Amino acid sequence: MAYDFAPLLLTFKLAGLTTLILCLIGIPFAYWLSVTRTRLKPIWETLVSMPLVLPPSVLGFYLLLAFSPQHWFGQFVERAAGIRLAFSFEGLVLASVLFSFPFLVHPVQSGFQNLSSSLSEAAYTLGKSRWQTFFYVLLPNIKPQLLAGIVLAFAHTVGEFGVVLMIGGNLPGETRVASIAIYDEVEALNYDTANFYALILFAVSFAILLTVYLVNKKMLAKVA
Amino acid sequence: MFRLNISKRLQSAHGAFNLDVRLDIEPGEFVTLFGPSGAGKTTLLRCLAGLEQADAGSLHANGTVWFDRAAGVHLPPQHRRIGYMFQGYALFPNMTVRGNLEFARPPGGDPRRVDELIEMMGLGALQSRKPATLSGGQQQRVALARALASEPVMLLLDEPFSALDAAMRLHLQEEVLRLQRHYGLTTVMVSHDLSEVYRLSQRVAVLEEGRLTRYGSPAEVFGSSGADGKFTFVGEVLSIDPADVVFAVTLLVGNQLVRVIASADEAAALSPGDRVMLYSKAFNPILVKC
Repeated sequence: MAYDFAPLLLTFKLAGLTTLILCLIGIPFAYWLSVTRTRLKPIWETLVSMPLVLPPSVLGFYLLLAFSPQHWFGQFVERAAGIRLAFSFEGLVLASVLFSFPFLVHPVQSGFQNLSSSLSEAAYTLGKSRWQTFFYVLLPNIKPQLLAGIVLAFAHTVGEFGVVLMIGGNLPGETRVASIAIYDEVEALNYDTANFYALILFAVSFAILLTVYLVNKKMLAKVA
Repeated sequence: MFRLNISKRLQSAHGAFNLDVRLDIEPGEFVTLFGPSGAGKTTLLRCLAGLEQADAGSLHANGTVWFDRAAGVHLPPQHRRIGYMFQGYALFPNMTVRGNLEFARPPGGDPRRVDELIEMMGLGALQSRKPATLSGGQQQRVALARALASEPVMLLLDEPFSALDAAMRLHLQEEVLRLQRHYGLTTVMVSHDLSEVYRLSQRVAVLEEGRLTRYGSPAEVFGSSGADGKFTFVGEVLSIDPADVVFAVTLLVGNQLVRVIASADEAAALSPGDRVMLYSKAFNPILVKC
């Protein structure tokens, strides 16, 4: 039995990078959704939530088509950034960002929405800009929801299988993440190796979620 | 001098109406916007603060244009230098009491001002606590101190005492008055509590359905009906008890219980829960259903 940590490392690298990118675009987007008065808001909310209900294979299928070097999007990315998205780590990151988007946006958006609008208004009357208000007043007051969103997005990316299978395949060190490796090892009847990956994923996921619940309980207790 | 000339279409439970107010406020003056709920008082205050925009009109503050619809000017709340005290206080839960005040201090502002306010408002023992651990009265004091920490040119108070009990209310009204005089701050307060209006304000603007119906000192505005020594209260009947040949009616007037003698005829027309008018006629209390 060969223990290879590469799939596990790749999984956590993918999840970490995905979560980081999600924070950068998902938190501002969640804020925008919570304050916008556009009539298109339901459309945006539906689009964000689609990955929750779509089979991963559907999303993966369309991404595969779009990432193909024959498609204008795949062509454009390859020309502009020199990155081939199909069957590559970069493609996995992009797909994971789309796929885990609702897991970050939903809790964060509801966090912003539950804050009284008088909090930001108070900051404005005290002479603070929108940015200052966002960083010093709004974000610190939705810490539990932020934490929940970040962890859910991370954990969901760790657990991703269908999308990766569709667009990433099974290239060692590039797209062979732990969930794929487990499937692969089971097919090859290497139950011990599969068990090794599965057990580690199980333990890590359990530890992460437990930490969130403990930390959030502490935070909520502090407020009350 | 603050010159307000504002109109704005408002929606209320009874349909739409126009808020239409022209008002001049002298520097250092304490003005109360008085009137029933939904008359547009808070909207007017929010327009002053820049949190809402009027449909037409203008706002001038000591020669600065805050708002001018025709000229397309709308100075955002950040640049108006106002201290706004919100009804729910809107203290920042993530900051301590001192943190809330420090946050409010403008860049380049007097660093001693926060200490001074903490001292004056008696917040010394509370300064490292978070707002959620404070009582309503304490939160109110922090909110007032924070509004003042921003070194405002105008203080806006939205029903500042509504969530407090009577004793605390009285105490904090004194506090507001003291600070307002100490800093010589032009102050506009929204209220529908008559005693509060009398105690605090130099001028009262009565707002009904968006219109300014009366404006003047409290005595001028409310004095005419009370000057002849009669009184009129509106209250609710709580109970009617027979006492010898007459009846004792217990009323709730404001938040006080009042017992009034009523004749058998009067008592027969009343039942608990009725709204009644109580007034005096030749030293006798008279009860009339309304």
